[in-house]
This record gives sequence, structure tokens and C-alpha cells, in this order.
Amino acid sequence: MAQDDNSGTELAAAESSAVEHARAGDPGTAVLVEDAVQNPGFPPHRQRVTDKDPKKEKRAERTVYTLFYLSIVGSIWAVAAYMLFPIESGKISDVRLNTLFIGLGIALALLAIGFGAIHWGKSLMAAHEGIDVRHPVRGSEDTVNRAVEIFREANEESGFGRRTLIRNSLIGALVAFPLPAIVLFRGLGPQDETPAKVLSHTMWAKGTRLTRDPSGTPIKASDVTLGSVFHVIPEGLNEKPNMLEEKAKAAVLLMRLEESDLHVSPDRKTWNYHGIVAYSKICTHVGCPVALYEQQTHHLLCPCHQSQFDITHEAKVIFGPAKRPLPQLPITVDADGYLVARSDFTEPVGPSFWERH
Amino acid sequence: MRANPHTPTSSRRRKKTGRRHPLATVALIAIGLVVTGGGYAAFNSSTASADTSNTASQSSIDQGKKLFLANCATCHGLDAVGTDNGPSLVGVGSAAVDFQVGTGRMPMAMQGPQAEEKPPQFTDKQIGQLADYIASLAPGPSIPDSSLTDPDGNAANGAQLFRINCAMCHNVAGAGGALTEGKFAPNLRTVSPTHIYEAMLTGPQNMPVFNDRNISPQGKKDIITYLMFVRNNPSPGGLELGSLGPVSEGLFAWIFGLGAIVALTVWITAKSN
Repeated sequence: MAQDDNSGTELAAAESSAVEHARAGDPGTAVLVEDAVQNPGFPPHRQRVTDKDPKKEKRAERTVYTLFYLSIVGSIWAVAAYMLFPIESGKISDVRLNTLFIGLGIALALLAIGFGAIHWGKSLMAAHEGIDVRHPVRGSEDTVNRAVEIFREANEESGFGRRTLIRNSLIGALVAFPLPAIVLFRGLGPQDETPAKVLSHTMWAKGTRLTRDPSGTPIKASDVTLGSVFHVIPEGLNEKPNMLEEKAKAAVLLMRLEESDLHVSPDRKTWNYHGIVAYSKICTHVGCPVALYEQQTHHLLCPCHQSQFDITHEAKVIFGPAKRPLPQLPITVDADGYLVARSDFTEPVGPSFWERH
Repeated sequence: MRANPHTPTSSRRRKKTGRRHPLATVALIAIGLVVTGGGYAAFNSSTASADTSNTASQSSIDQGKKLFLANCATCHGLDAVGTDNGPSLVGVGSAAVDFQVGTGRMPMAMQGPQAEEKPPQFTDKQIGQLADYIASLAPGPSIPDSSLTDPDGNAANGAQLFRINCAMCHNVAGAGGALTEGKFAPNLRTVSPTHIYEAMLTGPQNMPVFNDRNISPQGKKDIITYLMFVRNNPSPGGLELGSLGPVSEGLFAWIFGLGAIVALTVWITAKSN
């Protein structure tokens, strides 16, 4: 049973018989073939230079303790560097020196211990070959029978199989136990409406002004010159308590193209304003912000997975893993000439979810 | 072109020349030419100076036109209205010329995905003359004054504007990045503040335009301040690896990190000699 407790030397003496023995006690898992490869045994023992040459041995010893002393130096240096390179000045160059020298000290301390220990083991500790035979997977017959007996006794004494009412109520209690966690975690999500509904709607509504990110100042249609790109947030976003959640859905990219370059489908005739178009900045693949706009090719590139959208064709996907065009925000101008949304997005923004059709 | 409107005038005068000196006609034509030509030039340079901070002299414009005809007209057309090979330059302003020619992007070596930066082909004076000529064609953005490009603005505000408007293409540290089909957003580490300002103002090539109504002149100055701050201050994290983020850092970790682990494993398991 306890072959793995033997030291290598004893087993090396026992040679291959130990292996045969272990195999014999484990029928069914080993495939015994007639012409099995013979155990070639160990190669002839080769003495190391440290075994043959006392000078080399001394040198190895010196190396090992020098490494350990170096480790001490590294640890002390790390403490000293913490004091010698303060970061109180707030200058980035000081932070850099502080990090650099403390890191070098700690790295030296740890690496020197490791290198020293390995070098000690390899060059100075006793060197003789041995076999540790692998533990048989299955226990002996006695152990197996005893285990079965223990289970049967436990069942009898506890009445687990006999008192079914107790057993079933215990199973019921265990099933009910995780329920509070599920309810608590559900509480982190939206409460009064289904999550799908929250994902389907953004802050944009009829008449919401388009404003600059991050200042929140409204944008006049005349500000958006040809080739311009504006990063847009809905008016009033900065005052929202859940500003980041809303921004993650409502971020919009505003571009102006030549009107003749746009291929507008009939039901979107009123969605652009003299070539000014607004599209959701949230990629329909996995939701990265798509904002790499090329003003001459009118391609919009997502930096995460290289999806490309053609703004002249209503953000049609022309390359990459995205499956749907970016949702377009219908816009117009109000009486003062500021750009406003005609409505919310007409489809959910961002990546797919179960309820999205 | 200047002589055209005066031909009928002079022919009308010729009918009444009975008593006059035979050379009077010639003298009149000469006077007429000088007056209208001078007036035309004065009008021209006054419209140009209304839009450019530097007053462009007529001689500078003329020199610029010569340079333009010799170096640019093949693609941009004889009067800069563009051809199939190059866009019209009417109204692009002196800022666009100073950026494109000053960074060596123009004249282009050859048509490609985008014009790349190279040592400028012209001297600063010649670039100024070209800029004066293009600015004289139609009003457009002018070369910014140094008060707009000195990096003494608000670096924190500039960093925020840069993250929102620029970092997706140019990388948050201004190290540049790839675009589609061989195009790329260039590294901003070596670009002069004036050229950075001009690029925002004019939107060279595939870069969008960020006019003064989108990012105010003060905002542009803050962005330059941020870029200069990043340029002049070392990275707090030590080795920057080109500031390219996960790409270069991942490559470094795979090659040197895993390489070191493999080497250590080999050393640990090898027999001592």
C-alpha cells in the first residue's frame, strides 16, 4: 500500500519487481502485452564535477551562500529604496524610480533564494538515481470491503435510508438554502421592468438636444461642418445619478457627409439633417465604442474586433464579426437651430441579448 | 486675364486720337494696366489678409503660385480646383498647406492608402509662399498663432478631450494606431504643436475635422498641453514598449516572460554536470 512512502534507494534496489508487483495488484486498468518493452533500467551513474573535484564543490558552496546573501541584500535594498526614493513630490519621474528600485530589490531577494536553492539541490545534495513507484489507483480488497461496510453501518445507525421524511426534509432545506442569494443578486438588476425593456430604451426622446461630450453644451447644425465628427451625449446626462449606465447606452457619434454620398432608405428620409447623421457608438458585436471614423472613405471601425460600418449605407456592416448595422438616431433641428432627436433609437443599441429580435 | 477688360476701352479711345501724341495710346494702356492690376492685387491681398494672420504680400503669392504650378498642379490642377488624382485646394486655407507640405506628406511620393510623413521637400519660406498662394484663392483656416499652440493650457482638460475625441485612433498616449486597409493614425510623439493644431483644424486625409465650434481653440491648446506633458514626462510604469498597450506588452510577455520560464524549467530539470 505504502510504496510512495519508500525512499528512492530502497526501491532502486528492488528494481523492476516493484513495478510488476504494483501492476499485479491493479487488474483491469493495465493492458499486459506479451512483447512488452523491457525496463532498460538506469543509465550508468555519472559523477558530477562537484563529486569529483573538491575545488568545484567549494565553488558551488560559495555560489549558493553568495546567492542567499544577495537575497538578504535585495530585501534590505528594497526597504532602503522605499525611503531613498520617496514619491511625496508627486512627480511621475519619482514614482517611476520608486517603483523601479523597490521592484528590483524584491525581485533580487526572491530570485536569489530560488536560484540558490536549486543550485544547492543540483550540485551539492546527494546524487543517486531512484524510482518512486506510482500508487495503485484501486485500494486492496480489504479496504474496499471495509469502506462499503462503513457506509452500510452509517446508513443503519443514522436511519438515513429508513427515515425518509427526515431525509427528504433535509434535501428540501438544502435546496431552499441558496434561494436568498438568488433573490439578493436579482435585486441588483432593474426592478420595475424586465431587463430586456431597459436594454431596449435609452435616454434619447423626442426633442432631446444633442450635446458635446463631455461639456454637455448643445450643438447647432451649423457647427457641424463637412467632415466633422462630434462625440455626443444626450442633454442632461451629466446631471443623472446613474450617468455612466445611461452613457453606456446613449453615446452617439455625429458626422456630416455630403448629402449626395448618403444612400437613405425610404423610411429614413427624415432621419438625417442636410447630411448630418447620428449613429449609436455602441458596437452591435460586443459593445465596444465604435469611433474610428475615416472622413474620406466614410468607414467606421471598431477597435476591438475590427468590425467596419459604412456610414454612406446606413452603417451597414462591411467587415468583421458584427452582425447588425449600428442603430441610427433620427435627428432634426429645433426652432433655435440646435440639433435634437426625433425619437429614441427605434431598435435596441449594442450587442444581442435573448429577447432581441 | 488682367488685360482683357481694357482692350475695348483702349480701342474706344483710339478713335478720338486726332490731336494726341502717337505714344498717348501706349501710355494710357500702360497706366490702365498698372492701376487695375495694382488694384486687383491690392484687393486680392486684402481678402487674403482678412483671413490669415500673416499678411501675404503679392510677391509671396506669386512665388507660391510658381511653386504650385511646378510641384502640385499635376494632381491638384492648374488653378488648384482638383483633378481625378487630387482634391480641390480652394478654401482649404494656409493651415492645411502648412500641415501637408510642412510634414512632408505633400508632394506625395506616390498614390497609396495614405500620404505618409517624410522630410519636407521645401524650405519654411517656400512653404509659407505656397500657403499664401492657396490662402489667396479663397478664405480658409489659417496657420495658428503661437499663442494658440504654446503648451501652457490645462493638461487635465486636454487629456479628457483627447480621450474622448482622439484616443480611439491615436492611442491614449498618442502612439498612433491602425485603421482600415493600410491606413493608420500616425504617432503624435514627434509632431510639432503647430502641426497638431492644424491637423485638428483641417482634418487631413481621413482624419475628421475638429472645427473651433467642436473643440474650442482653448480646448485644442489643452490637448496640445496634454500631448506635450506625455512627451516630456517619463512613463510611471517604466519601460513603455512603444505605449501600444496590450499588443506590445502581450508580445513582450509571451516572448520574454514565457521564454524565461522555459529556460528556467530546462535549467531546473537538467542534470548538473
